[in-house]
Amino acid sequence: MSTTYDGMASTIRDKTATFRLCQYTGLKVDVAAQRLIIANAVAAVVFLAIGGVMGLMVALTRWPAVHLLPAEWFYLILTAHGANVLLFWIIFFEIAILYFASAVLLNCRLVGPRLGWFAFLLMVAGGIAYNVAVFQGDSTVMFTSYPPMMAKPLFYISLIAFAVGALIGVGLFFATLAVARAEGTYEGSIPLVTFGALTAAIIAVFTLVTGAIILVPTFLWSVGLIREIDPLMYKLVWWAMGHSSQQINVSAHVAIWYAIGALVLGAKPLSEKVSRTAFFLYILFLQLASAHHLMAEPGISSEWKIVNTSYMMYLAVLGSMIHGLTVPGSIEAAQRRNGFNKGVFEWLRKAPWGNPAFAGMFLSLVMFGFIGGISGVVLGTEQLNLLMHNTLYVPGHFHGTVVAGTTLAFMAGTYLVLPLIFQREIIWPKLAKLQPYIFGAGAAGISMFMMGAGTLGAPRRHWDINFTDAVISFQHSPGVFLMMALNGISAILAALGGAIFVLVVVGTALFGKKIGPGHRLTFPLHVGARSVAKYGSDGTVKLPGTIVLVSIFFLAFVLYYFVNWKYLSDLWLFR
Amino acid sequence: MAITSPERRVWWNEPVERVELIWAGVALLWGLFMFFFMIAWHFIGQQNLSNEAYRVVPDAYVQKVEDFAQKYQVRDEAGTPVVKPPAGVDVYLLGRLWQWWPVLELEKGQSYRLHLSAADWQHGFSLQPININIQVHPGYEHVMTLTPTEVGEFGIICNEYCGIGHHTMTGKIIVVDKQGAK
Ligand code: HEM
Ligand SMILES: [Cu+2]
Ligand SMILES: [Cu+2]
Repeated sequence: MSTTYDGMASTIRDKTATFRLCQYTGLKVDVAAQRLIIANAVAAVVFLAIGGVMGLMVALTRWPAVHLLPAEWFYLILTAHGANVLLFWIIFFEIAILYFASAVLLNCRLVGPRLGWFAFLLMVAGGIAYNVAVFQGDSTVMFTSYPPMMAKPLFYISLIAFAVGALIGVGLFFATLAVARAEGTYEGSIPLVTFGALTAAIIAVFTLVTGAIILVPTFLWSVGLIREIDPLMYKLVWWAMGHSSQQINVSAHVAIWYAIGALVLGAKPLSEKVSRTAFFLYILFLQLASAHHLMAEPGISSEWKIVNTSYMMYLAVLGSMIHGLTVPGSIEAAQRRNGFNKGVFEWLRKAPWGNPAFAGMFLSLVMFGFIGGISGVVLGTEQLNLLMHNTLYVPGHFHGTVVAGTTLAFMAGTYLVLPLIFQREIIWPKLAKLQPYIFGAGAAGISMFMMGAGTLGAPRRHWDINFTDAVISFQHSPGVFLMMALNGISAILAALGGAIFVLVVVGTALFGKKIGPGHRLTFPLHVGARSVAKYGSDGTVKLPGTIVLVSIFFLAFVLYYFVNWKYLSDLWLFR
Repeated sequence: MAITSPERRVWWNEPVERVELIWAGVALLWGLFMFFFMIAWHFIGQQNLSNEAYRVVPDAYVQKVEDFAQKYQVRDEAGTPVVKPPAGVDVYLLGRLWQWWPVLELEKGQSYRLHLSAADWQHGFSLQPININIQVHPGYEHVMTLTPTEVGEFGIICNEYCGIGHHTMTGKIIVVDKQGAK
């Protein structure tokens, strides 16, 4: 092994890979891994940009006063929006996270970078082919593609190709973990963030395989080799992929929360055991989540629904609630160590709110819990589901989880990836500072107003809530129209925040100042980030601020839960 | 730090913060409560989705609905029959591209065995503005006991995407007072 100095940064070569030493974290970064991380992150952002524009068009169409697109285009664009953002943006970014959490955090080389590029190309091809299939028409089936509604074969094939590519990426992650362990590139157990990524990867294997199990026969059906796909069976298996994969997102964005806390504030987990057990709960109970989409279905017993929808007595929810305390708790502990020890909330008030990585992370944490989390449990309650099944409440809920939660967390993470992995200084830092707030406000708005419209009965995936062309007319209450207008305004805000994000990322990647030795970052890391030697759990600390926060959360949760039972008890009687 | 290895190799033996234990305990109990509340609602609640369902050939179901409509039709509304079944009989509703068929006239406070199924694709039975939402599959006949509790005209819309006419798919349930109770 030889160490050379090429004037920019120190480079270490060994037989298998070339590394550089990160001046901010002291980590040894495999250059091949770094290139793949950049490629996957860029692809992710491109699909976010495409999908985000589509989301705006959908929202503006659903605002009755604007009603932007004609019906055919509305359904087509909605079919494209779902996959571009939920599958392509999120999964490309997650592959980048997996490479980061394995190779970079463990000071290891990435196994099989060539295979990594093959996987990348397969995923890109799948993503493009999906859009081509949808825009050709005749595949406007929504990205869930429930039979007996049938799309063109290319539609299914493109998703299968994308999934195979992602599966290869996940495989490289496991291989890298094994090599790191065998070569002893780290001491003791893997870091918590890598543990979270490992959780995500294990779940990803399960869901991607499930996806193949259902999409392959559906593809064969579309080319005429299979006579029939049972619609109920399809839903059961499809959602074993579709919903369980949301647990990948949660694991990944919780890992990002911990990573940002560590890098920006020097936060340590309160205790490794609790945080890791919480991740582990996801793995144990993920398969059951398919039930969330079958609550209002005929021919499935209540016993099955109750056990599965609650992830076996809410044990996966327990995992998220634990992170809901340990993440802010570790931040409070770190901030108190950093000297902000006055009163209950000085640690929070004096937090680096001007750093978009921190601001995005904390907003994501709060909104994921309050908006996405609470509404998810309510929606997933067997009887309460009948109040909102397939209404706009459903997209409202998951924009709370996957936009305000996951997407915002990934955006926040990107503000660290740009200087540390792209090695470019963020251009337009003033704009970047505002971005999490604008996007966060928009995301919160679309989530809550769609939930509001759904509570009042507005249907999801619906072009005309005036029912102009219906033989039997129906009039929604004025509240629905107000909600849809507010949703449209929030969508504009979210799209603006999204556009700023894309602009900053693309601008930085192309024109950002190259970071050389001794450069001082615009958005600095915690000094502790440099000292890799800091290990372990925190000592006993007082966390009054976090206790207040989780108490407010718990109260909101319980209240909202019972309000919905009250709504339910006012309905007509049925059994 | 969360991005570095824990100090002790066996992190399982590391101490746990008290506040973490308390919170995990509260969350666990709350989860158990919510779990058992779903079960309890089957006993104390009046709104539970029926588990009764049968496999059915879509065409056979369409035939059943047509026979039912013919038998109890009382008038016609915009080309759709309005059907007023006597209390207690089986009531059939069909979802198809793109209507809920036929229009039903029911009495407040009476219980009906409502059958739901689809002729072609999946549809979303969404009773408005009450907001009762039930998924409807072709090939599955879902049977439930329904008791309207208020008088008026109620819309049925479709909230499962069912093709280009999805937003034109509507139907109606009219609820009147019990005969003689006026
Ligand atoms: C500018 C940002 C966004 C806006 C304004 C937006 C808006 C919307 C709207 C209005 C709908 C349609 C609801 C309906 O009619 O049923 C929708 C659907 C959806 N959105 Fe978004 N969205 C945005 C970003 C995202 C992101 C980042 C994700 C995922 C990470 C996402 C995932 C979805 C999914 C999965 C659907 C469901 C599609 C379907 O029903 O098949 N959205 N969005
Ligand atoms: Cu329909
Ligand atoms: Cu429909």
